Amino acid sequence: MKSTSRLGAWVAIAIGTLYFVLPLIATFEFSLKMNRDGYSFEAYKVVLADPGFQATFGYSTLMAVLTIIVGILLVVPTAYWIQLKLPRLRPLVEFITLLPLVIPAIVIVFGYLKLYNSSSWLPLTGNERATDLLLMCSYVTLALPYLYRSVDAGLRAIDVRTLTEAAESLGASWPSILLQVIFPNVKSAILSGAFLTFAVVIGEFTMASLLGRPAFGPYLQLIGANRAYEPSALAIIAFMVTWASMGLIQVFARNARPARKTA
Amino acid sequence: MAYLTINNLHKRFDDHVVVHDFNMSIEQGEFVTFLGPSGCGKTTVLRMIAGFETPTSGRICVGGEDITQQAAQKRGIGMVFQSYALFPNMNVTQNIGFGLKMRKCPADDIKRKVAEVIKLVELTGKEGHYPHELSGGQRQRVALARALVVEPRILLLDEPLSALDARIRKNLREQIRDIQRRLGLTTIFVTHDQEEALTMSDRIFVMNQGRVEQEGRAEIVYTEPATEFVARFMGNYNLLGAADTNRLLGLNISGHLAIRPESIHVLDGHSQQDGTLAGTIRQHQLLGNIIRYQIESAGITLQVDRLNRTASDLMPAGTEVRLQISRDDMREVR
Repeated sequence: MKSTSRLGAWVAIAIGTLYFVLPLIATFEFSLKMNRDGYSFEAYKVVLADPGFQATFGYSTLMAVLTIIVGILLVVPTAYWIQLKLPRLRPLVEFITLLPLVIPAIVIVFGYLKLYNSSSWLPLTGNERATDLLLMCSYVTLALPYLYRSVDAGLRAIDVRTLTEAAESLGASWPSILLQVIFPNVKSAILSGAFLTFAVVIGEFTMASLLGRPAFGPYLQLIGANRAYEPSALAIIAFMVTWASMGLIQVFARNARPARKTA
Repeated sequence: MAYLTINNLHKRFDDHVVVHDFNMSIEQGEFVTFLGPSGCGKTTVLRMIAGFETPTSGRICVGGEDITQQAAQKRGIGMVFQSYALFPNMNVTQNIGFGLKMRKCPADDIKRKVAEVIKLVELTGKEGHYPHELSGGQRQRVALARALVVEPRILLLDEPLSALDARIRKNLREQIRDIQRRLGLTTIFVTHDQEEALTMSDRIFVMNQGRVEQEGRAEIVYTEPATEFVARFMGNYNLLGAADTNRLLGLNISGHLAIRPESIHVLDGHSQQDGTLAGTIRQHQLLGNIIRYQIESAGITLQVDRLNRTASDLMPAGTEVRLQISRDDMREVR
């Protein structure tokens, strides 16, 4: 009975693996066929040398970094304060942070366009820098479910209240408590959230496209519509960025000391 | 004038009153213990003194200064927590030096003071260790050192020994008391352990349901309990109601009569001494240096403690004995 269920589990894993891996292998294999003489990395060379790729990837990377910084500054103090002083608000905040998962990005971006168009009271779509700011804010919104959950899980693993009180009794100010006591002890959780945010922002299409900004997502779509082999190479590159982010999450989670309520 | 005074302190959480009209005054250098069962309000009072809870009403003054509304950071009151509350990202030296760093002390001073206090709590050689690399006793000594190094006006100890095993607890309580005496530090200790309270304290406040049941020197609180609760909580007092007291001793009282188990003398069953009571041993418990007997007399079971000198001292169940209780050892309580 036991061996039958174990066999069933292996079969399920094998089918799942094939389902995920086969299309990737096929995409990778296709991306290597740009030269008719045989397999080569020609498509990758073309893509990496394309100024459009460099510009859009650089732009998205910059937006991702800014999103992470603003997101952390917003989420960590909020999650900390809710855990410490307002635990009753936790369900409400969790609900709010989940909204970006249930409201389609296109609905959010149309809302932005309606609210911040050039004839509105706050015309953020009126110039490029202001639109970048609006895009970054929209990315913060999109990243909220991932970032908040990571940070909240990290804060739950330590005894926030007692550590805060210990620091207070030693004369620490609120910024010192946050920067020297809380941040270092939820560092791996913050980094996990940051890498997830990076992966989300790098591949995001809807917001950037509808706000007309030169991000990597719209570039992927543009190349996909006009070229044959380069889109496959780009898809593999995008996957590698995501995997690298996931791998870094694992590395930081493993290197973090075992979670202790208080040491 | 007392160093720490608390007047009419009151704390309510929603509809639940946790501390009722709490009053106390402590002299500088005194070691005071709040003793009571879980939920009696002792930790809440401590947290209000530390500044972690705001009183619903009342006043807390230290050295004549009203600190009731002052932020915890500004009170200069050190606290040691039951769960140690060491910062996991900092090693022993960094944990201990944290308070001095917050006070912007020069680096040389921090180094010197941290070294001194590490020596005081006997943690030399552990300077670079992180909290997870230390034992429970060592962690609590780091927590103590961290609180001491900033030279607090008052040191608060919130059940600091309850997470430790018996041997370490005994050693550490002696060490804490010794350090407190040497530094002349005004200290408030919270515990639910009577033995800890009796061995460490100058004065004990026995608390129950948010009120002080009795306050006084350790030996007085133990030998002269004021209420039935204190008698029950402080030891294994025999507590007799009015009817039982009358039946056993022929005395008329209105409350309860408290008799300490060690104050009842057990005489030979054939003793003809006046004023003794006939009794029969029902069972016994061996408590190391003490044998605790359950002796029935006039249908009432009394606990009686005798020193366990030799194996032949042990009296088996069924032995007929005579009990002698001095009037001075009987205490009427509310």
